[in-house]
Amino acid sequence: MNLTQQIVNAIWLGGVYSLFSLGYALVFSILGILNLAHSAIFMWGAFIGLTVVLRLNVSVWLSIPVAMLGAGIIGVILDAVAFAPLRRRNAPRISQLISSIGASILLVNIAQLIFGTQPQRFPLGSIPAESIEGLPFRITPIQIIILVISIVLMIALQFLIRRTRIGQAMRAVAFNQQVAGLLGINAGQIFQITFFLAGALAGAAGVLFGLAYNSMTPFMGDQVALKGLTVIVLGGLGNIQGAVVGGFVVAGLEVFSIAAGGSNYREAFVFTLLFLMLLFRPQGLVGEAQQNRA
Amino acid sequence: MALLEIHDLHTSYGAIKALRGISFKIEANQVVSLIGANGAGKSTTLNTISGLLKPRQGRIIFDGKNITGWRSDRITGLGLVQVPEGRQIIAPMTVMENLMLGAYRRADREAIDADIESIFKRFKRLDERRHQKAGSMSGGEQQMLAVGRAMMAQPRLLMLDEPSMGLAPLLVNEVFQIIADIKAQGIPILLVEQNARKALQIADYAYVLERGVIVKEGAAKVLAEDAEIISTYLG
Ligand SMILES: Nc1ncnc2c1ncn2[C@@H]1O[C@H](COP(=O)(O)OP(=O)(O)O)[C@@H](O)[C@H]1O
Ligand SMILES: [Mg+2]
Repeated sequence: MNLTQQIVNAIWLGGVYSLFSLGYALVFSILGILNLAHSAIFMWGAFIGLTVVLRLNVSVWLSIPVAMLGAGIIGVILDAVAFAPLRRRNAPRISQLISSIGASILLVNIAQLIFGTQPQRFPLGSIPAESIEGLPFRITPIQIIILVISIVLMIALQFLIRRTRIGQAMRAVAFNQQVAGLLGINAGQIFQITFFLAGALAGAAGVLFGLAYNSMTPFMGDQVALKGLTVIVLGGLGNIQGAVVGGFVVAGLEVFSIAAGGSNYREAFVFTLLFLMLLFRPQGLVGEAQQNRA
Repeated sequence: MALLEIHDLHTSYGAIKALRGISFKIEANQVVSLIGANGAGKSTTLNTISGLLKPRQGRIIFDGKNITGWRSDRITGLGLVQVPEGRQIIAPMTVMENLMLGAYRRADREAIDADIESIFKRFKRLDERRHQKAGSMSGGEQQMLAVGRAMMAQPRLLMLDEPSMGLAPLLVNEVFQIIADIKAQGIPILLVEQNARKALQIADYAYVLERGVIVKEGAAKVLAEDAEIISTYLG
């Protein structure tokens, strides 16, 4: 495999990682907590997409918005059940973190009950699998579409945060909840919106990931959970742009470690990076962790 | 009926009783000052009225509505708007964005734009910095932004928590000039200050708070002549 090929692989995979990690970053920027159930929502997004395709016989593309909606709603329910009650009691962040682990286990168990543990696939022929001819590297239409959808969603999120009233309110809540309250912002509602957005992005990433590898199990979240954490540590916790950059860096590292013959160690490479980052640059590659939030 | 009525308000931080049964009222078109030493409970009073703190006991009546225990965003939505101590502008956002946030509850887009421009006209230094991060400005500029932001909410009662704190004398004068302008617009104000001299000059009526209790009240002019007040707060 040549270098161009590696770069191409890293780019489309990076798109999915960034998309997934943005949800971690969003929730972290606003609540200051890691939502460790995020990868379970990712998995649910994939299964909602799959179910819609299998049961309703719609195209895989139409399943993406449905999966985003479904995963977004799961995010809102997660907030209401796992986080909001703790917030009301001013519980320490560690309890919220633990609560999110519990929610994650529950979400995976429910998926096991419903979908079983055998790998499931999108039906043959529903995904265009032939690579495009006449290019110096291998890329399938699905990989291009994955990248395009990821980029469109990331730009949409940036626009929402930077340019809309809701986005400004999100940034105000991220900065200081009490001050936001004095400005007339209902912080609880902003949390719900944030969880919806984070869930929807995870859902989209889940379907895209499912389409890329066409093998889904209730445990597929494990494949991205710690990579996503590495991504946001690279980007600076809670830094939205940082998460986008981090997604491509982690994907690049993974792809090149496979190419270098380290396929079995690719996770080890990623976690070594996470470890080194936490040790030497906990504020992220581009620094200023606190200032750049959201 | 007064615009704001506080009845027997008690607020605690855990075991610390910060307010121990205070009552006062503000009439429409009045500037009322709450003066007191550091730690007297002035900020606690404003934060309880704003809904950031829940009182243990007592009632807060705004415009005839019992708003005790309401969420802070709903209270602001009624037009009971606070400029908190230490300004609390949103540092990583621009001057413009801060002003827009002040109007968060409003939907009259064109009027909002017009109001922002009139604030920029009044505060030239904010105008020059409209796309700059609010946190990069000086203390005085940030205070003007904080007041401008509160004005964007179209307050029916403006509560100011030590707006002159930490500012150089020249800027202190400017801040009080701004308060006088707001008063001239007919907007009622609850002004919390340690700078009692200035506060009593601008206020119609004043209350003196000591360790969570109101120990004195009266027309501002009268209090400014009060021997005890002079020795304690104006000395
Ligand atoms: N967050 C807090 N936790 C505990 N005690 C507090 C807190 N804030 C204020 N207090 C106490 O409550 C009392 C009143 O404080 P405050 O309302 O801030 O006074 P002021 O604004 O008049 O200076 C003081 O004794 C202060 O130490
Ligand atoms: Mg104070």
